Order: sequence, then structure tokens, then C-alpha cells
Amino acid sequence: MTSDAAGTPAVELSNLRFAYRSGRDVLHIEHLAIARGETVFLHGPSGSGKTTLLGLLAGVLQATSGSVKVLGADFGTLSSGARDAFRARHLGYVFQMFNLIPYLPVRENILLPIRLDAGRRARLGAQSLDAAVHEIASQLDIGALLDAPINELSVGQQQRVAAARALIGAPEVVIADEPTSALDTDRREQFLQLLFASCKKAQATLVFVSHDHTLMPLFSRTVSLAELNRVADPRSADARRSA
Amino acid sequence: MLIPRLALRSLRSRLLTTSLTVASIALSVTLLVGIENVRAGVRESFAGTIRGTDLIVGARGGSLQVLLSSVFGIGSPAGSVKMSTFDRWKAHAAVKWAVPYSLGDSHRGFRVVGTTPEFFARYRFRQNSPVTLASGKVFSAATEVVIGHDVAERLQYVVGTRMIVTHGLRDIGTSSHEAYPFVVVGVLARTFTPIDRSVYVTLQGIEAMHEGFEKPLVATAAPSQAPPMVMPGAAPPSGAPMVMPGAEPPPAPVPAPVRAEPAHDHGDDQITSFFVGTRNRFEALLLQREMNTDLVEPLTAVIPGVALGELWQNIGGAEVGLRVIAIFAVAIGLTGMLVSLYSSLEARRREMAIFRAVGAGPRTIVSLLVLESGLLALLGCVVGVALVYAGLAAGQAPIEERFGLHLAIRGLGATEWTYLAVVFGAGIVIGFVPALKAYRTSLVDGLSPRA
Repeated sequence: MTSDAAGTPAVELSNLRFAYRSGRDVLHIEHLAIARGETVFLHGPSGSGKTTLLGLLAGVLQATSGSVKVLGADFGTLSSGARDAFRARHLGYVFQMFNLIPYLPVRENILLPIRLDAGRRARLGAQSLDAAVHEIASQLDIGALLDAPINELSVGQQQRVAAARALIGAPEVVIADEPTSALDTDRREQFLQLLFASCKKAQATLVFVSHDHTLMPLFSRTVSLAELNRVADPRSADARRSA
Repeated sequence: MLIPRLALRSLRSRLLTTSLTVASIALSVTLLVGIENVRAGVRESFAGTIRGTDLIVGARGGSLQVLLSSVFGIGSPAGSVKMSTFDRWKAHAAVKWAVPYSLGDSHRGFRVVGTTPEFFARYRFRQNSPVTLASGKVFSAATEVVIGHDVAERLQYVVGTRMIVTHGLRDIGTSSHEAYPFVVVGVLARTFTPIDRSVYVTLQGIEAMHEGFEKPLVATAAPSQAPPMVMPGAAPPSGAPMVMPGAEPPPAPVPAPVRAEPAHDHGDDQITSFFVGTRNRFEALLLQREMNTDLVEPLTAVIPGVALGELWQNIGGAEVGLRVIAIFAVAIGLTGMLVSLYSSLEARRREMAIFRAVGAGPRTIVSLLVLESGLLALLGCVVGVALVYAGLAAGQAPIEERFGLHLAIRGLGATEWTYLAVVFGAGIVIGFVPALKAYRTSLVDGLSPRA
């Protein structure tokens, strides 16, 4: 794995094309590089291909042509199993909502990536699982909730648990797909502060998707997908899928 | 270890659905295994009606006729056997013992059998149980009677009760073996075989009944009485209708039920059949052939086990029907599981996306879902089998009491294990249906399941 090589960008896309159905591109990006440690605000109108791009970055979707490199690893050359393992080891992912497995308590939800991948576990070093969970949970102010059932948590608490899960074991890249859109304004800021602090501590690169432009100034860089995407009207293709 | 833990937690979180699914599988397994158990029990109990007797010999006729008339008391014998023939065969080198058996009379609906005390010593049933006396002693005089358990119970007879035995299948009446006083000297312990419904007297007793009673009977059927059950296609040579005895005896002696039956002919030296034990069981086949080709008197010798097997083949057809029903029940149970797993999938798409996001491959998701259905099927099997044994433990005594059917509590046989393996296997295979659907969905959904 070349991920530790310093200097390689966290994310590098070149000549990326993606189509759910052949001949109908929803995404065409000539070039995008995100340096390590950057916090990127990725915005675009709905249907501009944001979710598709995140699927590609996470290695769940595979580019039709062109290359997707994350931490120097070319997803085009990895099997889907290897991409799954890569995601478990190096990536954290936060959804807009419903992030948690309903039948697992908070602690087990946070530990999921650790349990799935021995490499992610190895990143904790000598630290015990319990200590790791406590550390990340107290950073995100959910230390008291570790044994609570999921259905007793507020939406804000759930999002913080999701952030803890994304950040445990210090992954290099954290992808957040509109994680604050279900939160009210006060909690939105509180959540972002905690997320930023934790990313900084973990030295993680943050790719944050949102169309809430008021958040833009908080990020080190802003990327407009509408400008980046060469596909004229991806909505027509993407909307069909979401229908 | 992660996936089993996830599967368990997932099932536990949907406790109601899980329990209902397990219950539906368990009930179908209970039905399947239970029916198999009852079937085996019935078959065993049937095969155990007579043991220890190597040959039953009667007048030339169908082997089933010989078996049915002399063991089950169903139908009439094809004819009679001369006492001299019995004596001749009893002296045969291969014969260890021989017991005469003379049928044809009844006492309030119960068959009266003339035999010797040796009959009780030789007859074996079920595994190898001898016939024992619950009270009293075995008859020794011509007026003494030994009765089966059901006879004693139904008629409220005890040792010392005086009784009248009728000629033919009739009750008391003008043409009965009037006022021939018999007395009960012994009551047999329950055997759950036709013995329970029989009245045993000495051969002399049977003869005594018939002295001077060779006149034709005036038969009039009581209007309330159901017509006698007639066995078609098995009419004896004499043309007498074959009547099934052992039918429910009337609760009271009056009005006297009368069944039409022409006078039958008891020669003084005639018996219906005889039971034979050989010195060496392997000789039974040779002896059977020898008897079947007896030049003096046409005989039919029957090996009870073989004839019982033949009979079972004829009447055992119902078990196939039962089995088919049970298999359908299992199919329904498994379909229920498929429905519940499948319908839960839609709600679990988000869960699948989360697993994908934290790095689980589609294989993990398939394993999780297949493991869940496998666990459901396994639990269903375990609970189902537990229910069978609980049912057997609770129902064994009442069933034996009520139906005379002894259901042994035994380990699972090969058939049961096969059933369980098939149910479990089917559970796993069925689990693949939603799992593969989830697999495809998770690939299409990626990380964003659409609502």
C-alpha cells in the first residue's frame, strides 16, 4: 500500500468518467486533486453527481474510465474486495442521517470498522478498544452514551456517533455526505467544531458535501461540482436512478 | 466472529418476527417429526401384535384371511382344521410347540376363543412381552373362562362373574347356548392387542357349548342395530357372511342385539387354526412349505411377520398421505420464513449501506443474511424436536390409555435426521434469496439507498 508515502495527494481524479448505464455519463471530471490535511467543502445542486462522486471516492462504485486514486492507491487496479478492505482501513464515512446499525449499541457501532478490518485495528497500536472508543467518544461529547441503545439518541447524538465511527482508528480520509443537514443551526455548528477538531487531531483529510453555503468559510477549500463536472446535465441521468 | 454476533443481535432486535418465524418452522417440524414418530409407533405396535409365533396354520385360504381371523379376530376363517391334523403336525420334528385356536363364538360382541392354557404361555406381543394375568388364574376346567382387559372393563366382569356364551356372533336369546354356565377365573393384563377384546375358554368349553345345538337359528336383526360390517371379497366357502366381531358391544344386554349368521358347523374334532413355534426359526420356511402342501388336508401356513408386513403395505397407504401433508406444512413454514426475511430487506437497505460504508463487502452482507436464515431454521428444528419430545412425554400415557398405541420415546431415527437436515438446508438455501437480492441492491445502491 502506498498510502504512507508522503506527498501523494489524498485524492486524485483524472479523466474520470462514470455512467450507471453505458453511454449516459453522469460524471466527467478531468482533474481533481485534494492534498492531505485539506478540509474540502464540496457543493453542487442536487443531481450534480455528488453522491456518485462520493461512491467513487469510497471505492463502492467503479469509474467507467479514467482513474480514481485515493492515498496513491489506484482503485481501477483493485478488486472490489480490496477496495472494501481499503475503505475499512483508510476511510471514514458519515451519512446525512440513519448512520447507525439499529441493533447495535453505541459502542459497537463505533467499533464496526475496527471489527471488520484488522488493519484498522492495528492503527490503534497498543491502545485497547475500550480506551480508543472512550477517547473518540469523549472528543465528540458522547462518552456517556456508549451503552445506550440507538433509538434513545437524538439526531445530533447519532451524527456524533457516526463521526466517532468514521474517525476511530484515525483514517486518512473522512467523507461526510451532508452530515449536518438533519441538524438545527446550533447543533450544526457544534457538530462541525467537534468534527474539525477530531479530523485535525487524526490529521485526516475531510471531504464534506453540503449545499449549505453558510458553512463554506469554515473549510480550507471549496470545490463546486457543477463547475467541475463536464457532463452538461447529469441530473437527467441521475434523477432517473433516484426516481 | 463479527458476523455471527451481528446475526444474533439482528435476530434479537426483531424478536417478534424472529419468534414467529421460528414458531412457524418449529410447528412444521413438529408435525413432520411427530407424524414420523406416530407412524413408527403405529407400525411397531402393529408389527408387535404377535411375536414368538413362527407359523399360524389354518384351512386353505388367503394368508391375510388366516392372519386376520386368528390374530385380529377380523372376518371368518376359510374353514376348519381337523384336530387330527393338528396332532399330526404337533408331532413334527421341527415343531417345538403348537397351540390350537378355535374361533367363532361371541360373548356380547367379544370373540370367544377356545384354546389351551399353553396359549397364554406361548403368545408374545410388542417386543417380547408374555401375556400375564391381572387377576385370577388360567382356566383348567371346561366351564372356566379367561377374559381380556377390555372385556373385563367394558362388561364390568371380575373373577367369579358367571356368564353365558352364545353360539355365533349373537347375544343371549332363545337359541343361545342356553344357560351354559361359565365362570370367569382369570382377567388378563392389558396388552393393547386383540387379546384384550377376547374371551378364552378351553376347547372342551367350546365343544360343550355346541352339544345339541346344531339346529338352524332364527335370526332377526334388531332395527336399531347397525348392519354388521361385511368384508367384501373374502366370503368363506360356506357362503356365510363374514362378520367383523370386536365391534362395539352393546352397553346393556337388553334389547338383545341379534346378528344374522347361519348356523355353523362345529365338528367335535375341529379347530380354526393353530399357532406353531419351531425348534429353529430357520425351519419355519421349510415347515411352511411342507404344511402348504399337506396332502391330507389343505392348509395355509402363515409366517405372522411376513403377513403383517403384507397387511401393512395394504393399509399403510395413509402414512404416505400424512407425510405429504407434513411436507407441505414444512414448505409453508419455510415460505413464511422467506416472506419475513424478504419483507425485512427493504427496511434493511440502509443497514446494508452502512455496512458497505464501514468497509464490509457484499460477501459479508450475504453471509449475514444467510446466517440469519440458517439460525432461524436451526432454531425452528431444535424447538420443533423439543416440542415433539415434550408432546410425547405428556401424551404417551393418555395416548396409550385412549388408543392403545404405545409411542416409544426414542432418539431421532435416520428419517428424522434427514428431515431436519432438509429443513435446515432449505432454510439456508432460502436465505440466499434475500441475501442475493441484498447483494445486488447494495451494489446498485452503493452508499446511498434510495428511499
